[in-house]
Amino acid sequence: MKQDKLKEVAGYPDSMSGRDMHYCPGCTQGIIHRLIGEVIDELKIKEETIGIAPVGCAVLAYDYFDIDMQEASHGRAPAVATGIKRVHPDKMVFTYQGDGDLASIGTAEIIHAANRGEKITTVFVNNAIYGMTGGQMAPTTLLGQKTKTTPRGRSSEETGNPLKVSEMLSMLDGAAYIVRVSTHDLENINKTKQAIKKAFKVQQQGLGFALVEVLSTCPTNWGLSPRQAMEWLEKNMIPEFPPRVFCAPEGVDEL
Amino acid sequence: MGEKKLMKGNEAIAEAAIRAGCRYFFGYPITPQNEIPAYMSRRLPEEGGVFLQAESEVAASNMVYGAAGAGARVMTSSSSPGISLKAEGISYIAAAELPCVIVNMMRGGPGLGGIEPSQSDYFQATKGMAHGNFHLLVMAPSSVQEGVDLMSQAFDLADKYRGPVMLLGDGMIGQMMEPVEFPEKIDPTELPPKEWATDGARGREKNVINSLYLDPDVLENLNWKLQEKYEQMQREDVKYEEYHMEDAVVAVIAYGTAARIALDAVQAAREDGIRVGLIRPITLFPFPEQVIARASAQVDAFLTTELSTGQMVEDVRLAVKGRTPVFFHGRPGGNMLTPEELLEEIKKIRGEVQ
Repeated sequence: MKQDKLKEVAGYPDSMSGRDMHYCPGCTQGIIHRLIGEVIDELKIKEETIGIAPVGCAVLAYDYFDIDMQEASHGRAPAVATGIKRVHPDKMVFTYQGDGDLASIGTAEIIHAANRGEKITTVFVNNAIYGMTGGQMAPTTLLGQKTKTTPRGRSSEETGNPLKVSEMLSMLDGAAYIVRVSTHDLENINKTKQAIKKAFKVQQQGLGFALVEVLSTCPTNWGLSPRQAMEWLEKNMIPEFPPRVFCAPEGVDEL
Repeated sequence: MGEKKLMKGNEAIAEAAIRAGCRYFFGYPITPQNEIPAYMSRRLPEEGGVFLQAESEVAASNMVYGAAGAGARVMTSSSSPGISLKAEGISYIAAAELPCVIVNMMRGGPGLGGIEPSQSDYFQATKGMAHGNFHLLVMAPSSVQEGVDLMSQAFDLADKYRGPVMLLGDGMIGQMMEPVEFPEKIDPTELPPKEWATDGARGREKNVINSLYLDPDVLENLNWKLQEKYEQMQREDVKYEEYHMEDAVVAVIAYGTAARIALDAVQAAREDGIRVGLIRPITLFPFPEQVIARASAQVDAFLTTELSTGQMVEDVRLAVKGRTPVFFHGRPGGNMLTPEELLEEIKKIRGEVQ
């Protein structure tokens, strides 16, 4: 094949570094990173965006984006983002957080950032388990789901029920755009990208706090193959965490 | 320098921070430092800055992390139990090498303790703030004017060392009123640019503010780099004051509020013909160990006095290295020392070493 006939049809977004990722096969975090990268490119905001990496599987996110990044302590990304945004109100600031980070240790920070209407964007990855520490129960772990710390399955009597972050946050006046999406198939991945793009645009327009909850997989700690994990997400997580728009500013569809 | 004003310590220190170019404050209410956030909430918007009451001390210190990493002159303030909560953010701030200023107006502990003045957080401030090998540069004013003067230097020192600086006062320094003069205001936009800050990678390589170093060699190197800064502080930024030390045979060592009381006792002892002097550390880290080591060749005894059960006294003993007896007298829990009881101690020690 002649080299000059080759046309690049896909590559890394300009706002990503192109470094090999450490995520497990079948984990959708790489996809979610890429969607964020594509959105940053499409909005042409690479040089004005500051991202905040969490503690958890995405702790090394700063290696994968080619933009200014801060690495926060566990759960505090919304507080760190608040500090940055208050210093640079004209810049775009986003946090990337998992369910342990955002829904357990960081509940105070996310609720108050949303309640202040902090003009930041949060991408909240919900895979119903702690990934990096080896598969312990998360606040979003489903009832009956077996994890390292719920070996007999999660019981609501002992540990409560799966925490509905988007439902909770959407009740706050400062929350402008709260949406839940999924990554278990192509159609939903495309919807996820559209939601992330809107969440960045909501920030760009200064409309308030925006959060995209993204349902994701953890084949390693779920003990499933990548394909089984996608099916498990669809079958078990979607009924518990239905994808939908929980609140949106007027005219968000035109954004 | 302008005219003299009568001001409360907390408010004077807040104004000094603004004059030093601080435009961002993130805090949480706790007695006895509440006048600092209240003052900042009124004054910072007038200066084009931002005051934000955080949802917790934990959040406040992480907001400081974000703002410092974004290149701003930023501070927070709290009192003992609140500093314990801020410790998480402070460890990350130290590891990520971010300049900021933290005020601790100490109250009695442990636990919820009380709200009366105390010096029970010396260990925490100088040695054990949080996990990891790090220190803050710690300065302890003993008057409202000195609080203003040290605050004026604190942000420059934070920038010099790219690390956290703590102003360690107590409820008395924060609450009492004294006449103060302020330095001229500096314009924070004229400060040297911070090339490492995350403010959007416009036309440059990306910047990362981080404290995660999974490669043990890189992490070890960071640790040694921090140690080098602390050694440089010991060489270049030790501050202390000596009173009546020329002919002293007993040296009292005290900082902050305790030093004011100790000075009264020293003067009373002098009137009784006892040749006693006072060494007052102003920087607690770096500790003025050399001046104390030198004094150990001159005096027959040291008396360390603190509003605690004895914390700084350990650093005094390390500096003295057993060459001279070191005595301790303190009042923990928010009760005040009196010059009279210190005078008694001085007399007792003078008798013992003679």
